[in-house]
Amino acid sequence: MNPAATIAAIVAVSIASLAVGAFGLRFSRTVSDFYVASRGVGPVLNASAISGEYLSAASFLGVAGLILARGVDMLWLPVGWTAGYLLLLVFVAAPLRRSGAYTLPDFAALRTESQTARRVASALVVAIGLLYLIPQFQGAGLTLRTLTGAPSWVGQVAVAVVVCLAVLPGGMRSVTLVQAFHYWLKLLALLTPVFFLLVALASRDGADAVGTLGAVDVTDWVEPLGGDHALYLTYSLVLATFLGAMGLPHVVVRFYTNPDGRAARRTTLVVLALLSGFYLLPILYGVLGRLLAFDLVASGRTDSVVLELPSRVFDGVLGQALTALVGAGAFAAFLSTSTGLVVSVAGVLSQDLLRSGPGHRHGIRTFRLATVIAVAVGVVLTFLSVNVPVAHAVELAFAVAASTFCPLLVLGIWWRGLTAVGAVAGLVVGGGLSGSAVLATTFGVDRGDWLGVIISQPAAVTVPTTFATMVLGSLLTRGRRPEHVAQTMVRLHAPEHLVLNRGPFHPERTTVHRTEPTARRG
Amino acid sequence: MSSDEVRARVRVVSPRTSAARTRVTSIASEIDDQTRLGEVYIVSLMRSQLRLAVGVLAVLAVTLGGLPLLFHLVPQIGRIELFGVPLPWLLLSVFAFAEIIVLGWLYVRQAEKNEDDFSDLLEGR
Repeated sequence: MNPAATIAAIVAVSIASLAVGAFGLRFSRTVSDFYVASRGVGPVLNASAISGEYLSAASFLGVAGLILARGVDMLWLPVGWTAGYLLLLVFVAAPLRRSGAYTLPDFAALRTESQTARRVASALVVAIGLLYLIPQFQGAGLTLRTLTGAPSWVGQVAVAVVVCLAVLPGGMRSVTLVQAFHYWLKLLALLTPVFFLLVALASRDGADAVGTLGAVDVTDWVEPLGGDHALYLTYSLVLATFLGAMGLPHVVVRFYTNPDGRAARRTTLVVLALLSGFYLLPILYGVLGRLLAFDLVASGRTDSVVLELPSRVFDGVLGQALTALVGAGAFAAFLSTSTGLVVSVAGVLSQDLLRSGPGHRHGIRTFRLATVIAVAVGVVLTFLSVNVPVAHAVELAFAVAASTFCPLLVLGIWWRGLTAVGAVAGLVVGGGLSGSAVLATTFGVDRGDWLGVIISQPAAVTVPTTFATMVLGSLLTRGRRPEHVAQTMVRLHAPEHLVLNRGPFHPERTTVHRTEPTARRG
Repeated sequence: MSSDEVRARVRVVSPRTSAARTRVTSIASEIDDQTRLGEVYIVSLMRSQLRLAVGVLAVLAVTLGGLPLLFHLVPQIGRIELFGVPLPWLLLSVFAFAEIIVLGWLYVRQAEKNEDDFSDLLEGR
């Protein structure tokens, strides 16, 4: 394979991303531009950006590889990642936008009126963000190695550098345009080769097709619930993916770019359509891979099925062009998810941990420093965790999000009884349990018993535990409800055009807003 | 004539207008003042939205969420084919995505209607 075309395509994607970002730079002038693009982004552009940011290395490469290797049970990943957005739509989207908070820690502070809850939420955002950043960088290393033969660290460092260059100048506004561009690029990069592959397959003669069908006609692969403890593992995966999407820090930060709660809902509806359309493609690649590249299962390289399929079927210029396109799409996937993660981690770091003085010049400088720190730590962690399987790291990030921020958001928005003590207890217990499962998996604790099964897929245990802890902790501290909880509920649920007292919360004054006395009538 | 005077003296108009006026102007301020009545209004909005959300969740849990249990209890489903494709593959791709989009669309319509009803109530329409 001639890597020149692929390298040219990847460089072109990086330069195009930076150029689209630079175009957005002309609009971003204030601190709130940096964080949330001043909330002036339309539904289709915003939905493209949300989808572009969400479709990561796992979606672009991992899903097809897992379906090739393990069959129908892995269809729960794309279905669960889309259903997660439906639950985000019905429980979280509009109230979260109406809260007016920039980040998940902002929401925690608004709802619980506690600085402790804010700090715990900040730590969790950084932890989940970095956990999710590792597989992105790893996927970039794998892609460049598969397509060009370069060592893994080249791809990892290349993504890290481009992410810095994209985020540092323009913040969120430039990132919004880049993410939207990446969604359509990823769709095109999978759709074009699939079209050529299906045409080529249809025109093959009968004998050839019968010879390959053997790999597809395997009971374990075609029929659901294969393997030990399949029912528990499937339900745990369903719970993690359905509930984890709303707790991912880089997903939630996107909702602040909608003009109001109603637009946030309509944006999410468009996202459901965009994700559904995209996720049919990796499924097709998995099935086509079973027909055309079955040897990848034996050699343990199923993750590269999307990258290798075009060149296996087509020779010459067409094969090279399609491979270059797929490589560019994969690189777009790493870039968009990593930029989203870095923006949200850096936002939290600069707001809560590095904040040194007032004024927006200061804020922007801190945000840039935080960006560099987040990327550097991500790269170091990637180097340290060479042996962690990519796809599983993503599943675990979803499990941690589902066991922490999902209960905080759902209970915080719909139950006025949630207290700061209950929220903090739930975050600590849920984060502790699911985090321990992540560490145990990372360091290769491999037990055959039930505990081992739970550790490998913890959500079915940790999510109910967190909900129970938050409810119980809140009931025990019933007398210590947040002072402004009634106004907060008005803020979260009443449509914006009604003139009502929504409390004094403002995200740029987070440390003082709750101590101000509120003027009340009557 | 005297019967007209008696009728004119009956004070019916004045209390009725003042009662109507307080009702129209006060719902927003009842909410702002966090009175019991104001709380009833905002809680009714939250209840209707939560009922809708839980309804969507229930439909999703019974249909998509019920699939693993169904596959577990009736393994023969894995061998049924529709259009030459095994049924579980169709259920977990095209059907699942279609259901998610339709549920989302129905939800957005009804949630906006709930909000419009609440706004009409507050603006006295």
